[in-house]
Amino acid sequence: MSGDVLTIEAMQKSFGGLMVIDDVSFAVRRGSRTALIGPNGAGKTTVFNLLSGVYQLDGGRIDLDGTDITHVAPHDRVTHGMSRSFQNIRLMPHLSTVENVMLGQQATARSIGELLYPLGLFPKNRWRREAEDALADAGVGTYPGEVVANLPYGIQKRIEVVRAMVARPKLLLLDEPAAGLNRAETGKLHELLDRVHASGVTILLVEHDMHFVRALCDYVVVLNFGKKIFEGSPDEVQKDAEVLKAYLGTDAEEAEEGSGHAA
Amino acid sequence: MSGYVEAQLVILCLSTIYAYGIYIPAASGQLNLGAAGFITLGAYASAWFNSADGPGLPVAVSVVLAMAFTGIISFFISFPILRTRGVYMVLATLAFAEVVAGIVINIEFLGAAAGMGVDDHANLLVIAPVAVLVILFSFYFMSTRFGLSLRSIHDDESVATLFGVKVRTSKVIAFTVGAMIMSLGGSLYGHHFNYIEAQTFNVLLSIFILLYVLMGGTQTAWGPLIGAVFFVVVPESLRHVAESLGWHWLGEGRFLLFGVFIVLLMVVRPEGIMTRTLQERMADGLFFRRQESKGKQVESEG
Repeated sequence: MSGDVLTIEAMQKSFGGLMVIDDVSFAVRRGSRTALIGPNGAGKTTVFNLLSGVYQLDGGRIDLDGTDITHVAPHDRVTHGMSRSFQNIRLMPHLSTVENVMLGQQATARSIGELLYPLGLFPKNRWRREAEDALADAGVGTYPGEVVANLPYGIQKRIEVVRAMVARPKLLLLDEPAAGLNRAETGKLHELLDRVHASGVTILLVEHDMHFVRALCDYVVVLNFGKKIFEGSPDEVQKDAEVLKAYLGTDAEEAEEGSGHAA
Repeated sequence: MSGYVEAQLVILCLSTIYAYGIYIPAASGQLNLGAAGFITLGAYASAWFNSADGPGLPVAVSVVLAMAFTGIISFFISFPILRTRGVYMVLATLAFAEVVAGIVINIEFLGAAAGMGVDDHANLLVIAPVAVLVILFSFYFMSTRFGLSLRSIHDDESVATLFGVKVRTSKVIAFTVGAMIMSLGGSLYGHHFNYIEAQTFNVLLSIFILLYVLMGGTQTAWGPLIGAVFFVVVPESLRHVAESLGWHWLGEGRFLLFGVFIVLLMVVRPEGIMTRTLQERMADGLFFRRQESKGKQVESEG
């Protein structure tokens, strides 16, 4: 078993004539908390969509935990140990909180007996208990029966993380988990992600909030216009001239003074 | 029990069975306007299996074989039909029903346009328990993890895929199971009235059944039952109310009033009479202690 849970080699994707991901390679170390950052339109979410199988690669290769998953069907990728959350909340609006989390368990239930077990008729079944426990651990266990559409945004964001976690991933992909959250909610999300990390799950996240990235992550990959322009520690990334140029569109010298605001 | 009441109950039971046949695929977001086609297949297949000119099998066996026959046909047609979605699926299923009617009308040994007599009789004492079984089966089916995946497909197909739901397989199964339930209803129709003709199972029937389901609500398994009861009982009741009050204008125009009901319902409850949220609220109302403790927990969190 290698030290990397995910390796991306020479990933390429274009939409029409536009090359959105141009020869991107990087690896995510097992047990790390890696951030994928870059200005708007850099291709971060496209990388996530390529990883989870929403799009097919035009070139390159994805290895998840030593297995080539480049051509694995999207519904099978989760069984290889990868699950994700979404930039705009994509919980099932007509399902209750606990049912949304039980959808996350889908990949762990593959036998006919498990598919035809009447979850809704026996409130004490093990699937439901597991889902309710996971919600309670994340601090959102108060509303298991509530229809998700009726819950506040910050709670829904955390429920998305819980749903992804019950799929028992090795690698958790989070697309802007802190976007739109207030400080208290961001703090709660941070606690939750610390717990996720402590349970041995590797995290790869896309995020714009650099305070959050610096506080949470130990490695940063920077994309700009579909190319990787930097990878390294969060401290190094702040000093890198090309990253500053990508974000501020100026020379590094000029940006030096403003670097505090760059975040 | 008077003949009138029994006739009304039979219609209610059959409508309920049809409605659940449309509901199961509808729960995964499929709009099926081909109910008449599956009902025709069930009614004619069962009548033929049962007829003395055909194999002459016992009625129970005929009904089951008719379900299997409809299941096989709908399995194969589900592949082209499920390539469409939304309003295009409505059109594709409507076309399917028309094709079935067109074929049956031209088959000599099924009586062609003159219709077909059906040998064995099934009365309310057979039909009502079957309707109850269909309801119970649907509640069970939708409570399983498979039912959960169908409801997830309805809400967000691509996210359901990413969590391991096999979308295409699930849709094909839902479509086929629904078709078999409608076939069951169609067979019972034939055996109750002992005469079938393709023109009875027309577009209007398909529209009404789809309306039962959409009006009742596709989010919970209560929807089709509520929809079917509402659609069958309300117009009949209006007639009785009109008669007892001597309001002839209401007796004549009750469908006008019913139409107004439907429009109001669409405005007030566009997602159907019974929604998921309403079900939760009603459960909270019945077990008010749960609601109380819920309130406390929310407060303590804030």
